Amino acid sequence: MSIDATDRAIIEALQSGLPLVPAPYAEVAGWLRLDENDLITRLAAMKESGVIRRIAAAPNHYKLGMTANGMTVWDVDDDALGKIGPKIGALPFVTHCYERPRALPDWPYNLFAMVHGSSRDEVEEKRQEIVALLGDALRASDTLYSTRILKKTGLRLRKKGD
Amino acid sequence: MSTIDEVDRALVNALQDDLPLDHRPFAPLAEKMGLTEDELLTRVANLRASGVLTRFGPFFDAAAMGGAFCLCAMEVPADRFDEVCEQVNAHPEVAHNYERSHKLNMWFVLACETPDCIDQIATRIEQETGLEVMQFPKLREFFIGFRVAA
Repeated sequence: MSIDATDRAIIEALQSGLPLVPAPYAEVAGWLRLDENDLITRLAAMKESGVIRRIAAAPNHYKLGMTANGMTVWDVDDDALGKIGPKIGALPFVTHCYERPRALPDWPYNLFAMVHGSSRDEVEEKRQEIVALLGDALRASDTLYSTRILKKTGLRLRKKGD
Repeated sequence: MSTIDEVDRALVNALQDDLPLDHRPFAPLAEKMGLTEDELLTRVANLRASGVLTRFGPFFDAAAMGGAFCLCAMEVPADRFDEVCEQVNAHPEVAHNYERSHKLNMWFVLACETPDCIDQIATRIEQETGLEVMQFPKLREFFIGFRVAA
């Protein structure tokens, strides 16, 4: 979808979040000199087109005790992936689930699923549920635990003309 | 962790659902939880302040806005790790970067305005470090949940 200057202004205004007031859309509309209904219509259109996935809270896994984060990677039969992939993506403990290209011979894995847990044991336990779902389609797998966050920045939208 | 009470816990779970696009979007949840809107919003503000919630608002999909993203990995020799980390992180296009327990021990996401730019930055990092940057672009997405049970 193409976003216009007003959409861009809305995105910039909301990058750090929605104001925590009873009528947040009216407040943001006020900042941008828009009508609340116009703002809501534009937000609805951005949701429809996928620019906005949803309006919700982003919890900090670590603060909730989910200190183990395992990037589980799987070599899955290509023919089976389309059918099983969505089931893995729908597991409550899987936060991202993507098909990615293999890099043979060193990297045979074509499915990535991020699994969070309170310990590596818990991640391993949850991993077994993925093993069960994959069944015969599973050829090899590995888990890469994050040992350090080296950089973390949010989405930064460049100003127009940059 | 766990300095949050049961109400906060329920709130963290409920707030991961999509907020309605209504004039008073918090009202239905407040009613359901037996709180006033102000009480609910105070709790949300406290959860933000204590860092239990990193953010509350729209989740933007930059790819849908025309941006390009790519997960990349490098095998960095242990004795050069900090130096290479600095070289990689110096690029503003590197959105996040994690050390991971594998031969491929550095995993980062490149976020650019255009797909061409991904290759350019990856090549530049290869030139600067003398190490290969492997690209793992997403081919298909199987639903993003992002939900965490509090």
